Amino acid sequence: MKPILFTNVRLIDPQSGIDQPGKLLVKNDKIVGVDLPTTEGQPEDCEIIDGQGSILCPGLVDMRVTVGEPGYEYRETIATAAEAAAAGGITTMAILPNSKPAIDNPALVTLLKAKGEATKSVSILPYGALSVGCEGQELAEIELLQEAGAIGFTDGDRALANTKLMLQTMLYASGFDGLIIQHPEDPSLAKNSSATESILATRLGLPSVPTAAEAIMIARDLRLAEQTNCRLHFGHISTAEGLDLIRQAKAKGLNISCDTAPVYFDLNEESIGDFRTYAKLSPPLRSEADRLAICQGLIDGTIDAIASDHLPRDVDDKRLPFAEAAPGGTGLVTLLSVTLIQVKNGNLTLPQAISLLCCNPARILRQSIGTLAKGSIADLCLFDPDQNWQVQAGKLPGRAQNTPFDNRILPGIVLGTWKSGHRVYKREHS
Amino acid sequence: MDKSFGQHFLGIEGLPAEQIEILLDRAENYALLNRSRKTPRNLLRERTLITLFFENSTRTRTSFELAGKRLGADVINMSVSTSSVSKGETLLDTAYTLNAMRADLLVIRHAQSGAPALLAQKVDASVINAGDGTHEHPTQALLDALTIRRHFGKLSGLTVAICGDIAHSRVARSNIILLNTMGCNVRVIGPRTLLPSSISKMGATPYYSMDDGIKNVDIIMMLRLQRERMSAGLIPSTREYFRFFGLDRRRLNLAKSNALVMHPGPLNRGIEIDSHVADDPHQSVIQEQVEMGVAVRMAVLEKFSHIKAQP
Repeated sequence: MKPILFTNVRLIDPQSGIDQPGKLLVKNDKIVGVDLPTTEGQPEDCEIIDGQGSILCPGLVDMRVTVGEPGYEYRETIATAAEAAAAGGITTMAILPNSKPAIDNPALVTLLKAKGEATKSVSILPYGALSVGCEGQELAEIELLQEAGAIGFTDGDRALANTKLMLQTMLYASGFDGLIIQHPEDPSLAKNSSATESILATRLGLPSVPTAAEAIMIARDLRLAEQTNCRLHFGHISTAEGLDLIRQAKAKGLNISCDTAPVYFDLNEESIGDFRTYAKLSPPLRSEADRLAICQGLIDGTIDAIASDHLPRDVDDKRLPFAEAAPGGTGLVTLLSVTLIQVKNGNLTLPQAISLLCCNPARILRQSIGTLAKGSIADLCLFDPDQNWQVQAGKLPGRAQNTPFDNRILPGIVLGTWKSGHRVYKREHS
Repeated sequence: MDKSFGQHFLGIEGLPAEQIEILLDRAENYALLNRSRKTPRNLLRERTLITLFFENSTRTRTSFELAGKRLGADVINMSVSTSSVSKGETLLDTAYTLNAMRADLLVIRHAQSGAPALLAQKVDASVINAGDGTHEHPTQALLDALTIRRHFGKLSGLTVAICGDIAHSRVARSNIILLNTMGCNVRVIGPRTLLPSSISKMGATPYYSMDDGIKNVDIIMMLRLQRERMSAGLIPSTREYFRFFGLDRRRLNLAKSNALVMHPGPLNRGIEIDSHVADDPHQSVIQEQVEMGVAVRMAVLEKFSHIKAQP
């Protein structure tokens, strides 16, 4: 394989403190030169990619993804999710374990990693189940799962509700510095709900969950984290109240982190309009005040990472009366672009956005990826932030098409994605 | 079809006061024709009306059936127990099937909020909402309004108290919207567990004490209390509920002396309403509501079907 020289690109890697026009050289699967000032060290026979001023950043690290595999292959397989990821500039996906069967067995962790390798375009970092079957009753074999390669433990989109079990799990995990990811939602308050408690939910007659459901679970787990000193991460934060609790806990120095998803800083509950099931999510879309608070959390750094929260659904899962429809939306292809809206509107700088999408999730998951540093694996994303594209459900890469952003015109086009030095996505000229 | 009306009738929300007046005027006329047995039986001739009930209902289904027949439509009743829905066919499969049979009007009742809206996206027929989940029951609100208007000659300026399980009531939602649109003062009365926290933003003043809420009102609308509210822990018992939120003679006397007592039926006697009040010949208009129901549904079928009204 010829070495690849990227020229005429703006290199952005917040972890290395790089944000400058320059060149980058890839040999085999590694980055061997960054910002080569001259042609010195440049091999004679190499493939030259002229970025024409586009941005070259580390491949995105998406720390919250559901694929349909194993168990729901009709929704999405690892292979089809990998297509969508490549088109979205994502080179690493952390996969939730609440599949069928749940990833509560070391062999399944190994299988998922191998399936990721087989795609040759995206690494899969599996989360292990926190409880057996993700059912919240018995502690899973989490240290064995970690040994097999699980990068953290969670019950996916179910909160571990039993306080005693959560305390024991956190104590146990802290013994080997395991990472616990919580879906922060009190299940008894959230049961059967399909919207956030509001005038809109009342008007539409939809069963609703108060924002307190998020705050209550976060408050409980922060207390347990303080007691156990366990590494704790909250997934898809969606409320101002929940975020405030995390902000205060961080100020106290607790060992915690959190992410949010583009839907929670870009959309509010109005998107459900007259029963639009593609905007039915878990947690549900919140009020405009909550959305603005999430934006603020991105700006002030309380939120560490942005994850797609990709959750594939089939048409038949969605074409139902609202309360019966399955929650969740796809997000791999739109992750970068929806985040760039926050750059366009001045809330975030480009390096901040790339930190949230690449460096920070890699740091939380303790992976030496998400950087352009010399010697690191050449996982790269080349994108033009100034070109727009339109989301068209039915025509998106990957199998699942349940995007909540249908018809939106979004900034930022991924021109190319490289995994370990191999080009895995190239935008077709339109 | 009256061009000013849309293809479907999914709710009171979005219906302007003028259209509500038109429907009420038409219904008033139909009420007279019903009594004289001179309804225009050719108005919906050659038109097929299918009532599609995914929830049990005797009175609403019968009322729509009568309304359709009095206008000359071919009426077919489908209910869950006799349809293939119980065999796993989805709502939309059923909709596609009925659409292929070229039904002109689909009257639907469903336990889920938004089910008629989903159906309306997929069929050519006019969809009439006969009650969806806890969302809307628009013909009930119209028949309530017509009943009130016949007694007071107007709607604006009246004070209406809706009492009971507001949180789970589509009747309450449609009535709150309609009565607000027509300039009434709306109160809602019930234990806090049965009143949504955001109800005041819908234009209804909440009262947690029935004695306070009922004072000086012109109309009292009682709602049916579902027994499952007890098992869900929203209220302790029917006994306690009746003690604090049941309508009896003493409480009725706190309202204006000519206040009307209404109930969408079916009644839970001794749980939300005392029999003496329910059957009071001067103040209870529960039977009149049923009569107006047929008239209102005739007006709705006329305005939302594809045929011009006869002069």
